[in-house]
Amino acid sequence: MIYLSLFLAFLKIGLFAFGGAYGAIPLIQETVLSHGWMDEAMFTNIIAISESTPGPIMINTATYIGSQQAGILGAAAATVGVVIPSFTIILLVSSVFGNLIKSKKVQAVLNGVKPCLMGIILATGIYMAVSIIFPEGVIFENLFSDGVIWGNVFSGRKGSGADMVSLFILLFLIAAILLVRWIRKKELSPIMMIVLVGFLGAVLY
Amino acid sequence: MTIKMMILQELFLTFAKIGMFTFGGGYAMISLIDHECVEKKHWISSDELMDMTVIAESTPGPVAINCATYTGYKKAGISGAVFATLGMVTPSFFIILLISSFMDNLLQYTIVSHVFKGIRIAVSLLIMQTAVKMIHKMLKKGRNVWNLLFVVLFGGMTLSFNILGIRFSTIYLIIISGFLGYFLFSVPEKNRVEKNLYARSLSEENIVEKNLSEKNQLEKNGGKS
Repeated sequence: MIYLSLFLAFLKIGLFAFGGAYGAIPLIQETVLSHGWMDEAMFTNIIAISESTPGPIMINTATYIGSQQAGILGAAAATVGVVIPSFTIILLVSSVFGNLIKSKKVQAVLNGVKPCLMGIILATGIYMAVSIIFPEGVIFENLFSDGVIWGNVFSGRKGSGADMVSLFILLFLIAAILLVRWIRKKELSPIMMIVLVGFLGAVLY
Repeated sequence: MTIKMMILQELFLTFAKIGMFTFGGGYAMISLIDHECVEKKHWISSDELMDMTVIAESTPGPVAINCATYTGYKKAGISGAVFATLGMVTPSFFIILLISSFMDNLLQYTIVSHVFKGIRIAVSLLIMQTAVKMIHKMLKKGRNVWNLLFVVLFGGMTLSFNILGIRFSTIYLIIISGFLGYFLFSVPEKNRVEKNLYARSLSEENIVEKNLSEKNQLEKNGGKS
């Protein structure tokens, strides 16, 4: 019963995937390979596509693997499986433990976690920008499970030093954000940013 | 159409829109949720967004799903949670279904990979913008030295782990910072001062008592001699 085994496999992945998709990729890989659903090359390919297309990476991966194995129903089984644990846990946390958050002790813990998380988020953004602009920096080879993931998607450029086109797009985008804020007194919406930069990427690279 | 149904429909459509434009995982999505749910629709406050991010990061599962479920629940109970989560999942489900049934490898098309490469730049900037905004808001609330220290410490650790290629799950950093927070902040400043005063008054009383007993003893001795 392929639907059931897809559902259960992704239920397990959803239950043990802490810290978002990058933490979950090794777990997904192990599960998929041990079931013999696909080989390593195919899996790397699927991860690359899941990261590039819109939507949560884990949902994309689950849908893709499910659909490869058993069509639309397989995709549905895997996706529902990966969603159910976090849906249930969050519902429990926000209904049963809603008042717990207000307690002094929990607030103290959160006061430590919040600035830590902000640091993590900032570092993730900085690192991402740096690794786009310096694509073949030696020290960047080990990013996300030995460079397989990003390395495979955008390994087209050879040579040394900064990727000038990416640097230009980055500076252009920063200028656009500042300009919109200065002239229209408004934030440039994230969706506008993505559309603008997608267009620039198609034209300039 | 009842008001409840309208809210559910709006939750579904808003999260479908967020799901449609979320590239590169959870952190990038926080800035979209900030824009749609905090600034435009006022469904949750920016404090709640921060709490939600913490909860989403510390519970298993895709961060995007955690955020959608939480916001949906806050806005309209369990049915809200269901519709927001469905909205989040639907676009990627159908996009991936299309890709996997009609194309062997989407990224072999040059133009597609160029568009995605460009988008990654916006994603990195969106992630940084989210963090800077959150830090800016946090610094308005005080306890700045500790907060900045935590940001620099854990940010620096994450950056160096990435650069050195060390695999270290963020969940451990979160657990460590939670412990530090508990020990550093669980006794509020005011209580600490009160405790000190209380302790001092106790010791003063002791001294007074001591003096008294010494005095008594002296008097007794004096009476004897």
